[in-house]
Amino acid sequence: MARGFLIVMALVVLGVGASSAAADTVRIGVHLPLSGQNAFGGQLELEGVRLAHEEAGAVLGRKVELFVVDNKSEEVAAANAVKHLIDTEHVQAIIGTYGSSLAMAGGEVAERAGVPQVGTSCTNPLVTQGKKHVFRVCFIDPFQGAGAATYAIKKLGMKKAAVLVNVANDYSMGLGNFFKRSFVNQGGEIVADLTYQSSDQDFTAHLMYAISKNPDVLFIPAYFTEGAVILKQAKALGATFKIMGGDAMDNPEVISIAGPAAEGFMHTTFPYDPSMADMNPVARKFTEDWRKKHPDQEPNVNAALGFDAYMLLLDAIQRAGSVEPGKISAALAETRGFLGVTGITTINETHDAEKPVGIAVIQEGKRVYLGSIQPEL
Amino acid sequence: MTIEIFLQHLLNGLTLGSLYALIAIGYTMVYGILRLINFAHSEIFMLGAYFVFWGVTLFHLPWPLALVAAVAAVALVGVLVDRVAYRPLRDAPRISALISAIGVSFFLQNVAIVLFKAIPREVYRPEWLENPMIMGGVRVLPLTLFVPVLSLLLMLGLMYIVYHTKPGLGMRAISKDIETSALMGVPVNSIIALTFGLGSALAAASGIMWALRYPQLQPIMGVIPGFKAFIAAVFGGIGSIPGAVIGGLVLGFLEILIVAFFPDLAGYRDAFAFVLLIVVLLVKPTGLLGARPEEKV
Repeated sequence: MARGFLIVMALVVLGVGASSAAADTVRIGVHLPLSGQNAFGGQLELEGVRLAHEEAGAVLGRKVELFVVDNKSEEVAAANAVKHLIDTEHVQAIIGTYGSSLAMAGGEVAERAGVPQVGTSCTNPLVTQGKKHVFRVCFIDPFQGAGAATYAIKKLGMKKAAVLVNVANDYSMGLGNFFKRSFVNQGGEIVADLTYQSSDQDFTAHLMYAISKNPDVLFIPAYFTEGAVILKQAKALGATFKIMGGDAMDNPEVISIAGPAAEGFMHTTFPYDPSMADMNPVARKFTEDWRKKHPDQEPNVNAALGFDAYMLLLDAIQRAGSVEPGKISAALAETRGFLGVTGITTINETHDAEKPVGIAVIQEGKRVYLGSIQPEL
Repeated sequence: MTIEIFLQHLLNGLTLGSLYALIAIGYTMVYGILRLINFAHSEIFMLGAYFVFWGVTLFHLPWPLALVAAVAAVALVGVLVDRVAYRPLRDAPRISALISAIGVSFFLQNVAIVLFKAIPREVYRPEWLENPMIMGGVRVLPLTLFVPVLSLLLMLGLMYIVYHTKPGLGMRAISKDIETSALMGVPVNSIIALTFGLGSALAAASGIMWALRYPQLQPIMGVIPGFKAFIAAVFGGIGSIPGAVIGGLVLGFLEILIVAFFPDLAGYRDAFAFVLLIVVLLVKPTGLLGARPEEKV
């Protein structure tokens, strides 16, 4: 009993010691999948965070210290990583992570401790749902629907759209609803609103109906397995409208399965690509600095999101004028028009990033990045 | 809806329906003879599509040859399945054979996942099947005609075998009474093996055509078409070959026309198609052409 008391006392003393040490530096925790199935994305994001840290290593006149933990692509490890960062390293804010389920597991712990967590690439709407201290720099999945609609109207001058949505799938329904709302709000007309289910393989009837309504564009927020079949069948039926999809179609299999039928197909994607033409100054500097630091590896969107997560967090700490986690959370929630590598980001009331959506097209059997667009909801 | 678009819908319905019909025949043949629902039929269908893919990519066979080789190989698999999984259970309670069929179905699915991997694969399609012809405003791919025509030929061939040849006579005898047929000197096991071979060959043919029409190979690709074809077979009157053909065609047309006329219901078309089938079964429980089972007193 007495020994237990001593240990508790020792911990309290140590704890006080640690928090007084924390007063000197700003302590930021990072948990990312550096091993396991998501390691590829996680490591690129960490490099992005590191590059940002090298460029902006201080805030409020204090040095920023990074504490990196591998969450091993496992939910339990992610929860433990966040616990370790908060209890042992006494971090004031956390960056993490790649992967929605990892972000949810870690976010649960961060929320209870009241420490802000900024997600890098975790696109499931549930990640931030009902959370006071959980944020993200990437857009949520359904947001892409608005991106596709805005591109169709603003850049392609389209007026009539048909939509073909999988009613048995949240991703597809979400994108479809955002597309329809955005397209109509911008003065477009939905001429055919069609649905199917995951088990369907025959889309000829849906496509014939769409063809009979003569739309300018057909939006199919499908997974690539169904999507490729839809592209093939549309071509076989002689459809002349443009077809657009979401990032679930951003997969080379689409080209190999649909072949020539994939030609001209457009899909939304993340708003950064090293080959993009319309780069903002931050993105241009990021791309140059990355190439200097990693001459044998091209930057990608994960690296860009890691970079942006760090910079967004630093911006919030600056505006909060304090390293108290609660104040950082409040400042994060008020982020408006933050310019990052992945475009201008605003954190909305659900703590999700409203930001540009990338658009790519299949040309001569290759994926070509066309640019990005700020979606109109 | 213009007349051209309506005709195009009908053509699409005919193609889909004849695919269902071909699969349904396999179910109905085996059921007619053994009173066994061969759940492995969907996997036989899937193997047909994959074997062509192998023939073309691995052995560099010309497509028509790969087609024939795949159908033959799949027929062999069908015979083998009967020999290993069903024949030892011939005298066991019917439910045991049914469970064995479900087991074979899962087994083949998983073997396919191991052998072919779960990622969807592209399908080789000869070019002459894909160049569209415009006929009176209707766009016709040779493939759209190829499927129903080949289906029709295969069905006619099968009807010939069943009704005009000696093994066919044996099949019909077994379907009436398996024990008496054995007593009369019908080589029961060989005839049943032949039935499985023929049924599997048809499933392979439909799997191949399905993959031509819906160009993607997946280890679970047979499950939904197989399930629907089974229902088509019951609807047409299980055990009856013309019934299976009619059931398949009706289901194919229903699925297409529901979307054509009620586009708002498109996502729930299966539910509506099946409700209609249930209504028909309520009125005629043995299916359209099914014979009322004779009670033996």
